[in-house]
Amino acid sequence: MATVYIPTMLLPVTGGVRQTEVEARNVRQLINGLEEQFPGIKDRILENNEVRSNLAVSIDGEVARMGLLERVSESSEVHFVPAISGGQF
Amino acid sequence: MASNIVLSEVEYNVVGKRHLRPDGVDKVTGRAQYGADVQLTGLLQGKVLRSPHAHARIKSIDTSAAEAYPGVHAVVTAADLSFASLSREQLGGDYQRVKFASNHVLASEKALFKGHPIAAVAAESQHVAEEAVKLIKVEYEVLPPAMTVRQAMEPNASLLHEDLFTSELGELSDKPSNVASHMAFETGDLEQGVQQADVVLEREFETASVHQGYIEPHNSTAFWNTDGQLNIWCSTQGPFVVRTSVADILRHPVSRVKVTPMEIGGGFGGKITAYLEPIAALLSRKSGRPVKVLMSRTEVFEASGPAPGTWMKVKLGVTNEGKITAADIFLAFEAGAFPGSPVMQGAACALACYDVPNARINGYDVVVNKPKTAAYRAPGSPQAAFAVESVIDEICEQMGMDPVEFRLRNASREGVRRVEGPVFRRIGLVECLEAVRNHDHYKAPLEGPNRGRGVAAGFWFNRGFQSAVNISVNPDGTVNLIEGSVDIGGSRASIAQQAAETLGIAYEDVKPTVVDTDSIGYTMVTGGSRTTFATGWAAIEAAEDVKTQMVERAARIWDTPIEDVQYIDGVLSHKSDPELRMTFRELARQLLGTGGGITGASNVDPSGEGNGFGVHIVDVEVDPDTGKTTILRYTAVQDAGKAIHPSYVEGQMQGGVVQGIGWALNEEYFFNDQGQMMNSSFLDYRMPTALDLPMIDTVIVEVANPGHPYGVRGVGEVPIVPPLAAIGSAISHAVGQRIDRLPANPGAVLEAMS
Repeated sequence: MATVYIPTMLLPVTGGVRQTEVEARNVRQLINGLEEQFPGIKDRILENNEVRSNLAVSIDGEVARMGLLERVSESSEVHFVPAISGGQF
Repeated sequence: MASNIVLSEVEYNVVGKRHLRPDGVDKVTGRAQYGADVQLTGLLQGKVLRSPHAHARIKSIDTSAAEAYPGVHAVVTAADLSFASLSREQLGGDYQRVKFASNHVLASEKALFKGHPIAAVAAESQHVAEEAVKLIKVEYEVLPPAMTVRQAMEPNASLLHEDLFTSELGELSDKPSNVASHMAFETGDLEQGVQQADVVLEREFETASVHQGYIEPHNSTAFWNTDGQLNIWCSTQGPFVVRTSVADILRHPVSRVKVTPMEIGGGFGGKITAYLEPIAALLSRKSGRPVKVLMSRTEVFEASGPAPGTWMKVKLGVTNEGKITAADIFLAFEAGAFPGSPVMQGAACALACYDVPNARINGYDVVVNKPKTAAYRAPGSPQAAFAVESVIDEICEQMGMDPVEFRLRNASREGVRRVEGPVFRRIGLVECLEAVRNHDHYKAPLEGPNRGRGVAAGFWFNRGFQSAVNISVNPDGTVNLIEGSVDIGGSRASIAQQAAETLGIAYEDVKPTVVDTDSIGYTMVTGGSRTTFATGWAAIEAAEDVKTQMVERAARIWDTPIEDVQYIDGVLSHKSDPELRMTFRELARQLLGTGGGITGASNVDPSGEGNGFGVHIVDVEVDPDTGKTTILRYTAVQDAGKAIHPSYVEGQMQGGVVQGIGWALNEEYFFNDQGQMMNSSFLDYRMPTALDLPMIDTVIVEVANPGHPYGVRGVGEVPIVPPLAAIGSAISHAVGQRIDRLPANPGAVLEAMS
């Protein structure tokens, strides 16, 4: 199962749990899996059914190019990191 | 100048050589076409009316006199933008974003910074347009401005947007606020880290708004044809971003917008946002004629996108052995009039140079009554580095520890986990620090009164994103390379080199051309130190596509299976029959008679970007009577990965340093009490010139990026990161007082000394 690191801002949603494991083959499934464990977290990560514009998903150190479709492996380490897009609307 | 340090072991034929730039002749002879040179039949001239107030409610706009003025063909206001006719229901969750984007182009309810566009005129001549805008009557209710993050974050601060609430990853504050968003990272146990420390130091910093200072002002020419086709010619780092923005703001199909990027006279991140393009397009639609709109230098300062002013706090805990145990960082960045400062990039860069086990970083994006900030080389990183590196320097001073040795003890390296989570891959910070330690500049004693030496490190992610390249083979054995990356710093050359290396042909046989958005696949901006990496990757893949097709063609000509043909260093040959052999040029000559021409194409969004680090050394001398700082010597060391064109890498490093020196010593937006910029010309906005500076020595450390075929990392961002802190520390050592505000201009230095 993929290891997901919870963003600091969302620790109140997880009750302080900093990392968890989720069975998923892509980012969409991973976020749905998080939602099952921590109800409400999905709405904090997604906006208009996409990852929030100021967030990016890092999978094994690579920023996901395909958004919710990006593949996740069983041994993946997943982080939500700042998106590099300052200055744009 | 010290020798560059090449750690990659691969020798190339074209890559790594200092070739002539393809656009050189046009640029040195003045023939290159820039946006202001665009001439079209029936061209009208546009002029923008801008707010004289930093913060004001717009009660009414009367354009009737301007419309009636002889020679005027169109007048537009925010009422002409699509947003004016769209309901909240129609836009749904996109409402606020579209509202902000539209209001940025033309103010509707409120003017939010001095220079905010209110209306625009298209007329027969520039003079007529200038006279006509004076006839537009605007009734304002002037409001108190919030000019700094400290003012804007006050509980009773004047609100810029009554419908802006603080977002903490989607959770909104109860009340409207000028704080658009708050984000935080945390790792380890901060309190425990502080307890483990022998030395704990906490300091507060401020930096001013600064401008990129590109020499060419913004410009845009638009023609909205009666069939709905909108053509735009402009100076931009990202024609596809302009296309998207214009289509978004004007609610026009993206396929009906063509953006042609003209040559660009500098950008540094500041030429990504579409300021004039939607206005020129609206004026053209209304007048039925092509319209050109130019910014003056004052308009560039007042109404384009500076880098944000900041307020920062840094607390570091360190053991007596020089190991960082804890870091607590507060960053508040000015977003300008609309949300979107690079504070989170600053937060992610702040501690990237170091292995910090316990850390917390809080970042706040704060709207103020200044022009909306834009990217500027490594957005967010220079300010954050100024704060963190200054505290490190002071700790080293207190502990009597060599600042390079301290950084080596804490340096990030492969396997170190960053505060925001991911783990570093192969990076070259340690190699840079060692290069500094061994450099004759660092070994040389600095003697004399009022002199000081500073050292600082800096980081930028470097990124990939989308790029496209097409390569077509000419009958004479040369190739045309079509790309969408605007050439700011010599990327035509660096992309052509990678194509030539891959094809095994001469650099001179590759003819690169930058084209419009109808003529190439989606290509992200030239910026973020991505172009040589990502567009280079696209060129490599397009060249590989050409090679595959050339092998197929040779096999067909020789009537042999494809598997029997090999392509090595630009020569096609049969694997077992030595008689069957053709050079690239010989086969190119036969293409048209053997099945037609060959074009290789690629669209990429590559992973594998390699993070970049730099370490700088600077010696300064401060005049104790005037407070003026003179840069005596400056050396910039940087891991660029493989330097495709070393001269352009060195040029990027020197340019970044010079801009950093300006940021550190003199540059700032100076506002009066009403929020009006008082130094909006190059006469009063003091940028360093060649007369102010010594030669900037550079050392390229080539730690090849394993995520790119030739080892490219990226160059342009990192060199602006360390100068602020390095110079601040050098001045501190020279005058015996810490520098915690930038710019450290003569007045500020004298104040610190007193």
